[in-house]
Amino acid sequence: MTAHPDGRTIFEKGRSGRRTRYLEDRPSPPSLAALPEGLRRQTPPALPQVTEGEVVRHYTNLARKNWAVDVGFYPLGSCTMKYNPRIGEQVAAWPEFSAAHPLRPIRAAQGWLRLLHETERMLSRLCGVARFTLQPAAGAQGELCGMLMIRRYHVDRGERRNTVIVPDSAHGTNPATAALAGFRTVTCPSSPEGMVDLRALRGLLNDDVAGIMLTNPNTLGIFEREIREVCQLVHEVGGLAYYDGANFNALAGRFRPGDMGFDVVHLNLHKTFSTPHGGGGPGSGPVGVVEALEPYLPLPLVRKGPEEFELEDDRPKSIGRLNAFGGNALVVLRAYTYLRQLGTEGLREVSAAAVLAANYLKRRLADAYEPSHGGRCMHEFVLSAARQKAHGVRALDIAKRLIDLGFHPPTIYFPLTVPEALMIEPTETETLETLDAFAEAMLQIAREAQETPELLRAAPQSTPVGRLDEVAAAKQLDLRWRPGGKENP
Amino acid sequence: MSYIPHTREDIAHMLQALGLQSVDELFEDARGVLPPGDVPQLPHTSEFELRRQLWDMARLNGRPDQTPCFRGAGAYEHYIPAAVSHIVGRGEFLTAYTPYQAEVSQGTLQAMYEYQTMVCELMGMEVANASMYDGASALAEAALMAMRVTGRRRLLVSEAVHPAWVEVVKTYTANVEPEIVRVPLRDGVTTPDALSPLLDDDAAAVIVQNPNFLGLIEPIRELGAIVSGHPALYVVAAYPIALGLLASPGEAGADIAVGEGQPLGIPLSYGGPYLGLFATKMAHVRQMPGRLSGRAYDAAGRRGYVMTLQAREQHIRRERATSNICSNQALCALAATVYLALLGPEGFRSVAEHSYAIAHELADRLCALPGCSLAYRQPFFNEFVLNLPVPAEDVERELWDRGIISGLPLGRWWPGGGQQMLFCATEIITEAAIHRLVAAMEEALP
Repeated sequence: MTAHPDGRTIFEKGRSGRRTRYLEDRPSPPSLAALPEGLRRQTPPALPQVTEGEVVRHYTNLARKNWAVDVGFYPLGSCTMKYNPRIGEQVAAWPEFSAAHPLRPIRAAQGWLRLLHETERMLSRLCGVARFTLQPAAGAQGELCGMLMIRRYHVDRGERRNTVIVPDSAHGTNPATAALAGFRTVTCPSSPEGMVDLRALRGLLNDDVAGIMLTNPNTLGIFEREIREVCQLVHEVGGLAYYDGANFNALAGRFRPGDMGFDVVHLNLHKTFSTPHGGGGPGSGPVGVVEALEPYLPLPLVRKGPEEFELEDDRPKSIGRLNAFGGNALVVLRAYTYLRQLGTEGLREVSAAAVLAANYLKRRLADAYEPSHGGRCMHEFVLSAARQKAHGVRALDIAKRLIDLGFHPPTIYFPLTVPEALMIEPTETETLETLDAFAEAMLQIAREAQETPELLRAAPQSTPVGRLDEVAAAKQLDLRWRPGGKENP
Repeated sequence: MSYIPHTREDIAHMLQALGLQSVDELFEDARGVLPPGDVPQLPHTSEFELRRQLWDMARLNGRPDQTPCFRGAGAYEHYIPAAVSHIVGRGEFLTAYTPYQAEVSQGTLQAMYEYQTMVCELMGMEVANASMYDGASALAEAALMAMRVTGRRRLLVSEAVHPAWVEVVKTYTANVEPEIVRVPLRDGVTTPDALSPLLDDDAAAVIVQNPNFLGLIEPIRELGAIVSGHPALYVVAAYPIALGLLASPGEAGADIAVGEGQPLGIPLSYGGPYLGLFATKMAHVRQMPGRLSGRAYDAAGRRGYVMTLQAREQHIRRERATSNICSNQALCALAATVYLALLGPEGFRSVAEHSYAIAHELADRLCALPGCSLAYRQPFFNEFVLNLPVPAEDVERELWDRGIISGLPLGRWWPGGGQQMLFCATEIITEAAIHRLVAAMEEALP
């Protein structure tokens, strides 16, 4: 099947002098002679010398070594790997959108500005906040945007608050962002029910607390039932509440973070609003705020003027710019097509189906694996492979065996609070047949863990490479191809 | 239209397995504590109708094939070979995510490794990460890294670094409160004479951009010679296409090289998604932000690729990570990889030479217009500042009325730029487009 099973790079293909011409050759311009030698490049970059045919074949063969939503089930917890509708791809390729320079005159960008403005209004209404910025390029940049606004808000009131509370089940980006924004992070433990422990939270609250960062449902897939109390307690000491929208797929169209008491909200358009994940990005992480925080939004902002849509870039209290231009507009466009197609009703169907599928899978697996928490879940759930570990089988082995059985593994070893965690998010776009087949595979693996654990430890067998030695890779760093480089040290 | 495959029977089957009557019961927890029915009704639209409406919206942006654009300032339209969109549109790349499971992600991981190699080659550096959000945020991360590496907080930033990029640096470093000192310009460029008196052992970084915001070519080798011997890291932001012709950051002795990778096969896209290029020396690799793909081997000795040095990253190191970046611009990095592979060394140099030549022709033609002249006498690559005899915003309006997007009026961007425009040309600017521009300028100018 695989034409190039060997991992050879593009640099190891082709020959000196081979190329495809995309421009007519032209004589070196006379003006170039005036360019001083000291400003010129001495050594040309050693790029591959291949034809277009070789390039297409090389990357097509690489593509075939990838798992993807288009290939099969991808229940990677907290990543919302749902089907990505193709209408978004088609429209994003129209040059009227894709060839538009970001610094065009406003009059030449009215289509873009209208689309961005409408998206901003729709997101604000869905989240119950005053206004959104579409500038952040990903969730983590949205977090930075939000935490910088929280910082400014306090400074504006003459307060230097240094502490941000993050639950122990939080994504790594939360504490990393808080640190980048200059805050000290304190970790709030979870209650036995997997929610923020109110008593522990009270113990952490004081007038140094700038805010709390929370996902809801949280990374255990549990709805924070006491969310209003949590936000209220934080507000009582003068802090603000930040909503990490990584798990908004569970609630979209039904509930609004603003109603829970949050002051700042980020959404991951590449998750809930179904834009393709691209092998790691690009995403888009718009941030919404309540009225009190509007003055701090980053620039530029789109607004509807009396005659046309405008860009606003003079707000004295703004945190400034996060990117050179207005953010990942073509990702926003894809999310816009999704939002317009579904509307509130469609989003309610989405959250219903996502939560139903997760609960169904959890029920089917709850006897063979130990759920992190009993009862119902929202759009995802966490299993522990603690029972399998008794047979010398780890979450990692289960993940690798799933690959051989034709599935992408769940997120593993996260959240950190659950030993041998397997975090499963089926999303709403998978058929019942797929959910059942996955459940059967997981049950088969649970049996194999007892009967033939070595089979699991040797997995995967069906992939272009077996388990790779990451420890050796980190010790003997090889981060770029070099001619004559050593093979397999 | 919500792409949900569940039939009524499927739903009944799942509900029965759960012992439930209705899906709504799954939301009881939330409904118990939140006000019901408060989400406003957004209408839904069929794909057919939506596509029609989007087409109407798209046309408000004008016909790109009939609208020549002479604007750069950090975003550049170069010709993108058709094979680029073919590859990045493949579902196996498009709909995968971060390669957490290496065995089923060798396509993404090997492409990352090849991308890192190409960025190293362009920049003349030893190691590159797998991408940042854009050039501006890459520069901000470089400033943060320089402060981490040197333990110092003073940033010497050339006055000719893109103003929006400097704002991003300020946003990202707000909490560190660095002392940002601007290095003044002589005739539009950063000179060793201007830098020397400002540079002492308290500086964390010297930051220059090449070509600079004004399109002028900086003496990056001479500046690098001055920085070496000081603790400060030398940070050079490069326009990657210009590297087909101009000295690379590595050749100038840079410690960190960053750049906006959009010109490498990524459409203008009204500002994003773009691609932050980031490269440094191996000595600093553990202080570098972002993901890295490294070569690894399996038990059978087969070559593969894994994400490596993850102990720097947020999902492992949490509040002590080198950056909070998680999702990056992987698909844009793939586009750049394919673009550079298609061009090869000859084609890459050719794009740079075409851009240089056409921009210089454009400058000659515009300078022949009454009252127009170059604002600086320094060598430029494919952008230049043109002095106009009238306010630049008036010229912009006049030209748009004639279906042309002019150079960028500098009033908002540059002190004293009210009668100046920053013009740009690349290989896609045709002789006919230049002719139209010159004719329109003749009408627009007094």
